[in-house]
Amino acid sequence: MDVKTEILSKYKAKVFKSRKEHIVEVDNGSEQLIAANTRAIPGIMTNRGCCYAGCKGVVLGPLKDTVVLTHGPIGCGFYSWGTRRNKARPNESGENFVQYCFSTDMQEPDIVFGGDKKLRQALSEAYQIFKPKRIMICSTCPVGLIGDDIHAVAAWAEAEFGIICAAFSCEGYKGVSQSAGHHIANNGLMKRIIGTDDRRPEGKYPVNLLGEYNIGGDGWETERILKKIGYSVVSIFTGDGALADIARSHTADLNLVQCHRSINYIAGMMKDAFGVNWLKVNFIGVEATCETLRHLAEFFGDEELKKRTEEVIAAELEEIAPDMAHYRERLSGRTAAIFVGGSRSHHYQALLRDLGVETVLAGYEFAHRDDYEGREVIPTIKEDADSKNIENLVMEKDRRYRMFLTPERFEDLKKKMPLEDYVGLMKDMPDGAYVVDDLNHYETEEFIKHLKPDIFFSGIKDKYVIQKGGVLSRQLHSYDYSGPYSGFRGAVLFARDVSMGLFAPAWKMVTPPWAEKREPNAGKAAFKEAESLKEAGDA
Amino acid sequence: MLDQTPKEISERKALRINPCKTCQPVGALYAALGVRRCMPHSHGSQGCVSYHRTFLTRHFKEPAVASSSSFTEGASVFGGGANLRSSVKNIFDVYDPDVIAVHTTCLSETIGDDLNSYIMELEIPDDKLVVHCNTPSYVGSHVNGFANMVAGFIRYLADPRAPKNDKIGVFPGFVNPGDIREYKRILDLFELARVILPDQTGIMDGPMTGVYEMFPEGGTTIDEIRSLGGARQALALGAAASTEPALALKSKCKVESSVLPLPIGVEATDNFLMTLSGLSGRPVPKELEEERGRLIDLMLDANPYFYARKCAIFGDPDTVLGITSLCLELGMIPLYVITGTPGESFTESAKELLSRYGALEGAKVKAAADLFELHQWIKNGRVDLLIGTSYGKQIAKAEDIPFVRAGFPILDRYGHSYHPLVGYRGGLLLAERIADAVMDEMDRKCLDEDLEVVM
Repeated sequence: MDVKTEILSKYKAKVFKSRKEHIVEVDNGSEQLIAANTRAIPGIMTNRGCCYAGCKGVVLGPLKDTVVLTHGPIGCGFYSWGTRRNKARPNESGENFVQYCFSTDMQEPDIVFGGDKKLRQALSEAYQIFKPKRIMICSTCPVGLIGDDIHAVAAWAEAEFGIICAAFSCEGYKGVSQSAGHHIANNGLMKRIIGTDDRRPEGKYPVNLLGEYNIGGDGWETERILKKIGYSVVSIFTGDGALADIARSHTADLNLVQCHRSINYIAGMMKDAFGVNWLKVNFIGVEATCETLRHLAEFFGDEELKKRTEEVIAAELEEIAPDMAHYRERLSGRTAAIFVGGSRSHHYQALLRDLGVETVLAGYEFAHRDDYEGREVIPTIKEDADSKNIENLVMEKDRRYRMFLTPERFEDLKKKMPLEDYVGLMKDMPDGAYVVDDLNHYETEEFIKHLKPDIFFSGIKDKYVIQKGGVLSRQLHSYDYSGPYSGFRGAVLFARDVSMGLFAPAWKMVTPPWAEKREPNAGKAAFKEAESLKEAGDA
Repeated sequence: MLDQTPKEISERKALRINPCKTCQPVGALYAALGVRRCMPHSHGSQGCVSYHRTFLTRHFKEPAVASSSSFTEGASVFGGGANLRSSVKNIFDVYDPDVIAVHTTCLSETIGDDLNSYIMELEIPDDKLVVHCNTPSYVGSHVNGFANMVAGFIRYLADPRAPKNDKIGVFPGFVNPGDIREYKRILDLFELARVILPDQTGIMDGPMTGVYEMFPEGGTTIDEIRSLGGARQALALGAAASTEPALALKSKCKVESSVLPLPIGVEATDNFLMTLSGLSGRPVPKELEEERGRLIDLMLDANPYFYARKCAIFGDPDTVLGITSLCLELGMIPLYVITGTPGESFTESAKELLSRYGALEGAKVKAAADLFELHQWIKNGRVDLLIGTSYGKQIAKAEDIPFVRAGFPILDRYGHSYHPLVGYRGGLLLAERIADAVMDEMDRKCLDEDLEVVM
């Protein structure tokens, strides 16, 4: 029995029928379909979150110049408070709301008699205390059910206080995962913020960084490199981001899309409305970063920029070469499994390849088929009841629409780089590897038994499931309090963290000396060789 | 850090900022993890349980298993009965627990899902069980959710016809496995047979063995819960977390409970031990008396570092009352004592404690408070020490105040859940942490010529 069949054999009829479509053994010779963005199965322990988590938690939460007010009972606001590691520094006026949690903390009478009144009162209080220029309201499940009109309240607040106030109906039950919330947040930013300030920032090569949430400071490392080469970063969606910057993001010449899943809607809509091209980038991995930087230079087509790019790449590579060589030697030949949100399971394979680590299993928590198979499948994706409920904005050409590239040059560049395209994860994976959508608790345990990866990159919910089983697990949602992992310097930090995890002396002490010697589940690679700590410290 | 927090305090009626509580379901989930081979199940969207598992895992650094009814928009309109039916079937098929403990969410509560009738209509395998409790997120806090789930187990399982036995029931409160281990050690010293419900030891403090087990040996067994119906008495530790289960046991099985504060600090532990002494008919064991002596010894030795120091204490009601009690015994002045959980019995108890030590004047005590307000109080009247959960670290940094972590949750440090706050051992640990924090701060800030090696 092959691995897939064996794992599926535990499932009864309905679950079997659903899950078999979500597990694929990669065979690059044939066209492969995978089911994705479908309902989680009740009772099956998925790692997925909800629409609110995608809208407030992922996209809006990192914005520092806005009060993000959760309208609902206390839990949702509380859980999304400071838990995603999206770092932010105060802006020039000293504003930084990222450290705060704002909630209407709805009580039973609010549910029974409606929560509009409390929301108004909360907005008044927020305005009185903080005098913010912007407030974003995010609703949780009961708000949609009792029918609070948060959009009307937001309009009232705008008139009353002369601020920007937008509401997001991102109730947790909408859609099938966080993904719906990304879309709702994208729509709201597009409708209300983007294009509201036409002042084009000074500086050459203006770009926006999309889908970079500055987890562990990733965005800062990316920004450091971009600025060193000479790009001006107009805005970041949304890590250490500001709505004041996003308001003029349409003045940039190019959108760099890091996390495709969470932000591709805005990339597409800004293209349609303002003509801004977008490029799929990847700043995770040394090779990947170099490739992305070369694509960027090629896009602008400026010889001076290309030269500068090569100089910066050479200098950066020189800086990290000894460390990368050291870690590559320690990690090379090992295997990894990666299960993260909607793009990182792809991005990190590049970084692992830099280190000689092969990925044997990868999957996304809340991706769509295009994230696996490439954007060319988008026209063939069938809408279902859940996806239909999420508004799909169609943008008209704005009066400020402008094209940076001639149509000919666009076509020419498209052949050289993922310009307005994303190839997806599957084509970059070797034959025989497994791709699993919405990997669940049971399947995680089973795949570990079968594939015996040395490292399993995942999130906090399954981290200790995996480690208790003797396999190193590092969190790729939150980087276990470390990071940045992006760009050149981040690659070294990542390699250091993985290496220290694998070579922890305690792995060897799991079995007491008096007990029967038993191989810890799949983590035996960690026990293979004992390199000295001195060597680890020298790096 | 927290630069937007103004010193001027304005009254808020609707806006909660930097809460000191979370919602009921996470407490229910934690309670259900303390029952053997139990799958906690959240009847709502999968986002709820995803947050709760994340939260508990971050506190305990342990897997927190739980499933969800994974509502979509359709279920929210038509009711979650079908989702619960498939959930229960799939959970028994794939994970094979002995019992599923369902709790509700604000989603299923708002649409009015009737869990009683859903569960009655379920097809449940013969040797399996499904229990439930209601945990509307818009009422109370995680502490109430915990209490409701424990009460739920009793309502479903405690057997009024269970043979009378000489066991005592123990409702441990919303505490860490480290506390429950300490209870067990103390109860053993009194040779008291007992049923502790819930009991997360072995589950939320599992050893590293290289083998993962979804349902490890640990937790209160179903038979033990049934036998509570015949227990001679129960101890409900911590009024906020344990009164509900005590009432449930009385109403279903006529078993009386004594409600005691969490045994944190000298006096509360003394009372706890004297109660156990009465129940067991044995004098307080010498071993415990000596432990008490060591705690008092440290309290007197380190007195200069405790005495008259002002502190702010925040967290869950029962824990905060316990810590406040210990701080007063140490000679400290708890200037601000807050919990996010609503309920005036907290403020009454806290005020009663403070007034006994002449510390009520000038002190602020509040339930249903938040950390934004606490921070503002501190800006207007400084304290020497802050004691509470991880979320206090922002205030501690902003105001440059030494900080001692205690309570739930502690997301940013390791090992806390292994150690007790209860009993004399817990007191010793907490007193030591407080003295260390105060003295480390002195050493770090003093002039070179003032740095002393001796005490």
